[in-house]
Amino acid sequence: MSNIGITEVERVAKLARIGLSPEEASRLSVELGQIVGFVEQLARVDVEGVAPTDQVTGLVDVWREDEVSPSLPREELLANAPAQQDGYIVVKRVLG
Amino acid sequence: MDLKRPIAALAAEVRAGKLTASDLVAASLARIAATDSFHTVLELNPQAAHDAEIVDARVAAGEDLPLAGIPFIAKDNFLTFDTHTTAASNILKPFRAPYEGPAILRLKAAGAILVAKANLDAFAHGSSTENSDFGPTKNPVDPTKVPGGSSGGSAAAVALGQACFAVGTDTGGSIRLPASYCGVVGLKPTYGLIPRTGVVAMGSSTDVIGPLTNSVADSALVLDVLAGRDASDATSIERDTEAYVATSGDLTGTRIGLIKEYLGAGLDTKIKDQIEAMVSQLEARGAKVEEVSLPATELALAAYYILVPAEVSSNLARYDGVRFGHSSAGATDLEETYRLSREEGFGAEAKRRIIIGTYVLSSGYYDAYYKRAQKVRTKLVGEFSAAFDKYDLLLGPTAPTVAFDLGSKSQDPLAMYLNDVMTVAVNLVGVPAISIPLGTVDNLPVGLQLIAPQRAERNLLAAASAVETIIGDWSAR
Repeated sequence: MSNIGITEVERVAKLARIGLSPEEASRLSVELGQIVGFVEQLARVDVEGVAPTDQVTGLVDVWREDEVSPSLPREELLANAPAQQDGYIVVKRVLG
Repeated sequence: MDLKRPIAALAAEVRAGKLTASDLVAASLARIAATDSFHTVLELNPQAAHDAEIVDARVAAGEDLPLAGIPFIAKDNFLTFDTHTTAASNILKPFRAPYEGPAILRLKAAGAILVAKANLDAFAHGSSTENSDFGPTKNPVDPTKVPGGSSGGSAAAVALGQACFAVGTDTGGSIRLPASYCGVVGLKPTYGLIPRTGVVAMGSSTDVIGPLTNSVADSALVLDVLAGRDASDATSIERDTEAYVATSGDLTGTRIGLIKEYLGAGLDTKIKDQIEAMVSQLEARGAKVEEVSLPATELALAAYYILVPAEVSSNLARYDGVRFGHSSAGATDLEETYRLSREEGFGAEAKRRIIIGTYVLSSGYYDAYYKRAQKVRTKLVGEFSAAFDKYDLLLGPTAPTVAFDLGSKSQDPLAMYLNDVMTVAVNLVGVPAISIPLGTVDNLPVGLQLIAPQRAERNLLAAASAVETIIGDWSAR
């Protein structure tokens, strides 16, 4: 079984911008080890010369006409924002 | 009024003025209230009775509606007006959709009425509906068991007769598995056949929409309304010009491959016996059934649990506490808004998948995990393609066991993932599949899975209908 340390879990959580309690990080370290141990069976598969698959229906270059079409009303989209002011979304300060 | 009747017959009665949409919606709401202990539903549509009046007026005005007056339930990852759309997650608890996608719009245009939003594993992550942030759904046959997932609320609602059909989503088995556990028909169409705009994204390269119904004929009728390209979803594909119908086909000469890997260790022997009995029946009706080995199916689950968490981690990046959904009150800067809103709003399984997905995509691991899994996916696609050169259809069980006890796997994520072992390959290959109630083992429903090549829904439905007829003859004896 692979071992994913708590430091590694915290590194990944930082990349994903997600906070974890110490208990969560500790539990995820064990569970992630089990899951990664399971998926590591793929390391034994011979994939030499095999191309990766991104999608399966064979569609290529799906274009639309470059035309103006109506968009959703601004007020309705802003209605879901946790904080708004003068038609803009309000966020906390960006710089320290 | 019993809603477990053929949809075509009920809609015909509405069109003929013998029944009204209002009658059907009232019956649906009454049944939901009478069976609410199963916790299939997260929210009722407060406009359902009003919507029914509008459909009755459309029928009176002479509109020819294929789903006239038919009440349905949508999994709560479908964006719908008049209710919240939560994906059963705390982070989306306050969310009200500003638009509806083609699937919901097509159903409404056809005369169907949304009565409620169904419970699911939060963000459709799970196989039991226990990952809902708002509490699990119970199995309609035995409330001490899980209904399967992630479309567990949808499957249980149909089994309980709360509506005539439900729509769910299937990323790795989330329609077929609960259909199997609850004893209903669950159809996973070809990738892209039903446009997904207006559905909360999970794994974008495998997510599909599909119906959960009481019969194969109902499944075909609902598919016929839902299918077809829409410009809003660039991955959607053209539908067949002919209608999707489920005329019970003649099986003479139909070549069916029985998937060897799905009959091996891990399969409940009583389920295996039922599959083999069905194979004999199919042969007696002229089908040619052979065992076929698809070795890469044994790798499908491992590939799936790399590819889909990777896509999940990307799709769930949009929940940032800024534009919609839960926002942490405790944040003092923007970075903290992201971190705390996501910590507070996501449940354990969403966090687990975000962490796995971010890990396998992170610098230094990408080639070893994500890219390798994509190559294994290519092998899987090749094996299915070769099999479909020899066979019209593939057959196997939908799941290795019947529904398990509530709580029995919720502390062991890997054991939970193993429930999907017979469903994920279909998603990675993009082909259509259907789960049909085969019988019961230990008094719990068992599903049979039929799989067809891409875009061969009409053949799939015809064969499914033939299987359904055989099962009907069995239970009549």
